[in-house]
Amino acid sequence: MYEFDWSSIRPGLPFLWTGMKTTLYITVTAMVAGVALGTVLAVLRMSKSRLLAWMSAAYVNAFRSIPLIMVLLWFFLLMPALIERLLNVPRHADTRLTSALVAFSLFQAAYYAEIIRAGIQSVAAGQQGAALALGMSNGQAMRIVILPQAFRNMAPLLLTQTIILFQDTSLVYVSALADFFGVASIIGTRDGRQVELYLFAGAVYFLVCFALSSLVKRWQDRLKGHA
Amino acid sequence: MYKWRWEIFLEQPPGGGGATYLDWVFAGLRLTAAVSLGAWVIALAWGSVMGVFRTYPNKLLRAISTAYVEVFRNIPLLVQLFIWYVVIPELVPASLGTWFKQLNPLLQQFLAAMLCLGFFTGARISEQVRAGIESLARGQKAAGLALGFTMPQTYRYVLLPMAFRLIVPPLSSEILNLFKNSAVASTIGLLELAAMGRQLVDYTAQPYESFIAVTLLYVVLNLLILLLMRWVEGKARVPGFMGGGR
Repeated sequence: MYEFDWSSIRPGLPFLWTGMKTTLYITVTAMVAGVALGTVLAVLRMSKSRLLAWMSAAYVNAFRSIPLIMVLLWFFLLMPALIERLLNVPRHADTRLTSALVAFSLFQAAYYAEIIRAGIQSVAAGQQGAALALGMSNGQAMRIVILPQAFRNMAPLLLTQTIILFQDTSLVYVSALADFFGVASIIGTRDGRQVELYLFAGAVYFLVCFALSSLVKRWQDRLKGHA
Repeated sequence: MYKWRWEIFLEQPPGGGGATYLDWVFAGLRLTAAVSLGAWVIALAWGSVMGVFRTYPNKLLRAISTAYVEVFRNIPLLVQLFIWYVVIPELVPASLGTWFKQLNPLLQQFLAAMLCLGFFTGARISEQVRAGIESLARGQKAAGLALGFTMPQTYRYVLLPMAFRLIVPPLSSEILNLFKNSAVASTIGLLELAAMGRQLVDYTAQPYESFIAVTLLYVVLNLLILLLMRWVEGKARVPGFMGGGR
């Protein structure tokens, strides 16, 4: 029988917490940037210009057909050269965190865009007609009338996507960036206690995600109750 | 300036014994396909059972399947993979654990990745199966029971044939997700497509050619599955149901 030894975890907690902060930092940044870019993509997708709509669709479909790991590998490969050229950061600077932030933001934007598009389409067409009849421009109707209602409807879905994002940030493992899982893995390997550390990491992810998704579900039920 | 050398794919790795780098890429593609298809079989079988349990009039079965879905959906795939690969062999009975650890490393990675992806995807499929069963009119179950079917028979002959046809579209997006998720297996060293891309970078020092080739292969794979599933969706469509007119 395997004998558990959990003694590595308590002294490792401060280190694990710095990893969790990295995880949360990537999650929140990618959520904010992803929703912003996703909104632009969703609006472009429905624009009257065929070219803009096509470009937005191409962006979304391209990112959705590639594994996240490949996207991350691309950015860990490309970003150092790019950042060096644009910002004059010396070649040996650590650009992994920046690369991860950019990669997750661009990747998530494609997924957020699809949710936001569905949200916009769920706002009755009559709302747009009414806004235009009041003398608003197309842009004003979108900003003042449609988007606020759309975001209220789709907020639970956006949060569910963010919980998935929170889980996916563990994939920065491919660059050995020390996020929560990365730190757990480092401690486990160092102390020869991988079994305990992986189980601990799994339990923490489970508690956070389960609590959040239960909240989202309650919120969703309340929204349905109002509709 | 970067020097493009697309001909690199026709060259042979040192000590490669006649295989070219292109052969390596295709070997990776085959592993991606094999691990995904194996996982799909597990996911469909196990996910269907769990999906039925979630709707079954039995508290214990419902609790088991709900716990399964919540656990597998709320832990990152990467963490699950390391648990399958590192933790479970330690926790199962020693004879089984030793058997696993004495396998060829490739087989160990393959089994861990296939089981991991299978049970991860199974949790998502069971949600689709449940949604499919719940979307059927309540009278269907009552009608089955009234005809004298037992509950299992009602599921087998009345509810499931209909539910499965209704959930083909969401199942096709789960297949696509599964293929993409299989790239995670590269983290435990399985030389599938994504891992092969990285290995090519190390061997050839031509990162862009390698990554472009691998990325394009994922896109092509995605398109092929999409077309195949469109065809299946057309076959499975139920007249009179959502998008099913005909």
